[in-house]
Amino acid sequence: MKVPSLRALSIATILCLGAGFTLVFFYAPLDADQGFVQKIFYLHVPLAICSLAGFMIAGVHAIRHLRSGDPVHDARSYVSIHLSVIFGVGVLLTGSIWAHASWGRWWVWDEPTLVSFLIVFLLYATYYPLRYAIEDRDRQARYASVFAITAGAFVPLNFLAVRMAQSLVHPRVFATTSGGLPGSMLFTFLVCLAGMALLWTCLVCFELAAKSASAKLSRLRRALEGETYAAPNRSRIAPSVPSRAASPLT
Amino acid sequence: MSGGRDRGPDRGRRRGHSLHAFRAILAKDLRVELRTLQSVPAMALFGVTTFVLFRYGLDRTKLSGGLAAGVLLATVLFAAILAINRLFVAERDEGGFDAIRLAPVDGTALGGAKAAALIVYLVVLEAITLPVFALFFLDSWAGLAPVAGVLALADVGLAATGVLVSAIAANSRARDLLVPLVLLPLLIPVMIAAANAAEPLLAAQGPAYGGIGKWVGVLALYDMTFIAVGFAVYDFLLED
Repeated sequence: MKVPSLRALSIATILCLGAGFTLVFFYAPLDADQGFVQKIFYLHVPLAICSLAGFMIAGVHAIRHLRSGDPVHDARSYVSIHLSVIFGVGVLLTGSIWAHASWGRWWVWDEPTLVSFLIVFLLYATYYPLRYAIEDRDRQARYASVFAITAGAFVPLNFLAVRMAQSLVHPRVFATTSGGLPGSMLFTFLVCLAGMALLWTCLVCFELAAKSASAKLSRLRRALEGETYAAPNRSRIAPSVPSRAASPLT
Repeated sequence: MSGGRDRGPDRGRRRGHSLHAFRAILAKDLRVELRTLQSVPAMALFGVTTFVLFRYGLDRTKLSGGLAAGVLLATVLFAAILAINRLFVAERDEGGFDAIRLAPVDGTALGGAKAAALIVYLVVLEAITLPVFALFFLDSWAGLAPVAGVLALADVGLAATGVLVSAIAANSRARDLLVPLVLLPLLIPVMIAAANAAEPLLAAQGPAYGGIGKWVGVLALYDMTFIAVGFAVYDFLLED
């Protein structure tokens, strides 16, 4: 039941991302101002949106974990943050490349969106030392959820504060009501965004499935070999995942 | 607590207990601090030493505007971390966490009392360091009163997030490491808003009030958000 759904998700992701990047290179017009380098927009912005949405989703799972005490939600919250941090590295790298190409410098402090993203990234990067520092697994899960909720509330506040503090250099492509983006570019962008969202979901499902499969394997081995079975060295911070966790995220 | 039948009055009683517990814990903390003097004097000393460091680090004897606001805010934030590190040490070492778990009161009472104690520490710290800062670096003392108001708003935000992070760190292995690591990124919006609000107040040609309203608004929004988050999640930090 689970394997075909993962496979379908993977195929949809590959198709959608493939279509998106085909559109980027063969359909979307060249930007009059920035030329070819503007194409990184179709990678950078979807990555950033998916990463931030992932942090928010982690917060929602954390709320559900605290309300229900069900470790499945903790596992989903952990995996969401994990992948969003990885996407976040991609955002900072692509943002930096774009900044260098269009403004001539690798890092621009006047650029509120990139700076606020860096702050959010720094905050979520402390999620790992936080989990690592707490030995008791139940407490670790609970405290990690408290962190995920607090950090989730922090994200919009941080964007507000940083944006107010700086001049507006960053392109605001969707800000104008008359549509700052031509239709063909917007369509390409939306396909890329959908592809990236599928990729994020797909990777989350794969990681959850892998974790639950290894937990199941451990259980079976223990049943087979009895007390003599020595569990392999498992991560001290990744939550152990019950097998239900691999079902699609809702 | 008994069944659902008397939930209404029961909840009222619980709230009364919580308020009582809040006052008792706050009074206990302040009394302990008065007798042992383990946080506030260290914070004040740290603050004054940091000013001297900035004097040589920046090689300036007079500060104004954004630089003055930055030095003041950074010093207060780092001094606050000293207190936040120690906030729950006594509770953990002397069994205060267990006692509050056994008592028929909300864990939020403990968090609220700790936040209030932290605000008191910070206000005392600022009452000491702000005149010293003015003495060291400022030409005019006219902007100090409004800056104290901005700092008071920043203190509330510091206390709201500080208590959460401190409670998490108190039950971890790497307490002293975790507090600055997690807290500093969380405090960046406070730093941005408070420094921007204080900048025109510390201007060389005397305090100006234009444009600080929106920054005070951001500080207030930050305070309210994290007070609400604290109320929602604090109980979960005490369960065991």
